[in-house]
Amino acid sequence: MLIIHCPNCGVTAEETEFHAHGEAHLKRFGPGSADDEFESYLFMRRNPKGVHFERWRHQYGCGKWFHVARDTVTLEVFGSYSAQTTEPPEEILQAIRDRRPEWELT
Amino acid sequence: MAGILFFEHIARTEPAAGRASHYARPLVFAAQAGDAQMKKYSVFAVAREAMRHHTGWDRAWRDAQPKKKYDVIIIGAGGHGLATAYYLGKNFGITNVAILEKGWLGGGNTGRNTTIIRSNYLQDPSAAIYEKSRSLYETMSQDLNYNVMFSPRGVIMLAQTEHEVRGYKRTAHANALQGVQTEFIGPERVKELVPIIDIDGPRYPVLGGLWQARGGTARHDAVAWGYARACSDMGMDVIQKCEVTAIRQAGGKVVGVSTNKGDIDCDKLGMVVAGHSGHLADMAGFRLPIESVALQALVSEPIKPCMDVVVMANTVHGYLSQSDKGEMVIGGGTDGYNNYTQRGAFHHIEETVRALIETFPMLSRLKMLRQWGGIVDVTGDRSPILSRTPVDGIFINCGWGTGGFKAIPGSGWAMAELMAKGRSPLTDAFGLERFTEGRFIDESVAAGVAH
Repeated sequence: MLIIHCPNCGVTAEETEFHAHGEAHLKRFGPGSADDEFESYLFMRRNPKGVHFERWRHQYGCGKWFHVARDTVTLEVFGSYSAQTTEPPEEILQAIRDRRPEWELT
Repeated sequence: MAGILFFEHIARTEPAAGRASHYARPLVFAAQAGDAQMKKYSVFAVAREAMRHHTGWDRAWRDAQPKKKYDVIIIGAGGHGLATAYYLGKNFGITNVAILEKGWLGGGNTGRNTTIIRSNYLQDPSAAIYEKSRSLYETMSQDLNYNVMFSPRGVIMLAQTEHEVRGYKRTAHANALQGVQTEFIGPERVKELVPIIDIDGPRYPVLGGLWQARGGTARHDAVAWGYARACSDMGMDVIQKCEVTAIRQAGGKVVGVSTNKGDIDCDKLGMVVAGHSGHLADMAGFRLPIESVALQALVSEPIKPCMDVVVMANTVHGYLSQSDKGEMVIGGGTDGYNNYTQRGAFHHIEETVRALIETFPMLSRLKMLRQWGGIVDVTGDRSPILSRTPVDGIFINCGWGTGGFKAIPGSGWAMAELMAKGRSPLTDAFGLERFTEGRFIDESVAAGVAH
């Protein structure tokens, strides 16, 4: 069972209080974009075996969205951060590198 | 084992012959290896071996080492991969084939599912491939000379809300047009078929169900073993503990793979690896519209026969059948987030069991024996992908999500045709391009969670 911290209200709780909503930092392509860009935005996912950045919502708490960095193999949670960003912040990247020295952001 | 189980198969029509046990362990691994022609399993073989302390059984399949080059390499020796290889040989005469498996044969989702077989899908392309598959299961034991214990005991999908009633009536009409035999039945008939059910349920009373009388279950390991034995007999190499580490290409065309057992060349490559499809696609340099999540199942302690059909309760996320060993086999919902753990979150087990107990109160007295998970590859529209890929010569069969076991023979049949001829009527609708074209086969709404 995952223990997750909500950066919005400060509560740390187990995963049943939250809901996962898939890959974070997707670039949105709307009207006028190319077919493959729109397809990629809607359906293509990195689905990594390892470090994964994803969107979560504090469903049974403050109700707000945030992001989590997590390992899909070990289920280790590296940290959570604000959803108001287009890329993971430096302290999260550092927390991942501390645990996964060989890992690189791609 | 297969010999003994075959004996069991015959024993049904000859009561005097007595009853063999479903618990018989595989004897097929005993004795010497060799390239000799496969010995047929039969009641006479069992009798013959009984006379000489079972010393004469051959290996079911050769323990092969990779050759330098094959016409076709299939990555993944689960049910779908082995079935693909089998039908390449049987239907198209392509037998210079290797099936590579990083773990052990049938050790992925083939050995982790709840063995349910049905074909009551809403959309025409789905019904076509799943019904092809179900019909192949009917004669699989005879075709493979390996008892896969196909048991067409009937499958009920419970309707526990008004929406489900409407949905399943619609599916029953669609199935009638597709030639798939299903019917919508009322709660009394459900109770008649499943005496242990509580149709008045506190939260979700049973309002009816979609009944497919020729759906059922089969022994999942035996499906993989039977195909592996038949493939090996055709001269194909089933190579276990052989992990693909890279996919070699030249000029946009596949030329082979690198593995922990060295480089192997091929003309065509089939990726049939379920949860790790994205991982392999990454090696080949393309992406897939797939996310991998853990799906769990569990079994209870064995009890006396109490339910001789398969029941799926999609509103409450649970499905239930009783194995021949007497265990209640229970499947639930997937984890909500990407993962590769083959374990799954415990609270999903709790939710599943809690929900099923409302409909099957007797389950509350059972001890749970064991629990496990598999990594399922889920697509955006919850339908599989059987397709060419951006790399010439690479074909992919994945995205079966939470319901791949029932599709094994049909999937293999269609994938073999796709790989041999370049297209198959069964796979036309399941191409990767459907995501660009917005031409979905939307079973996610039609089939609910469990399928």
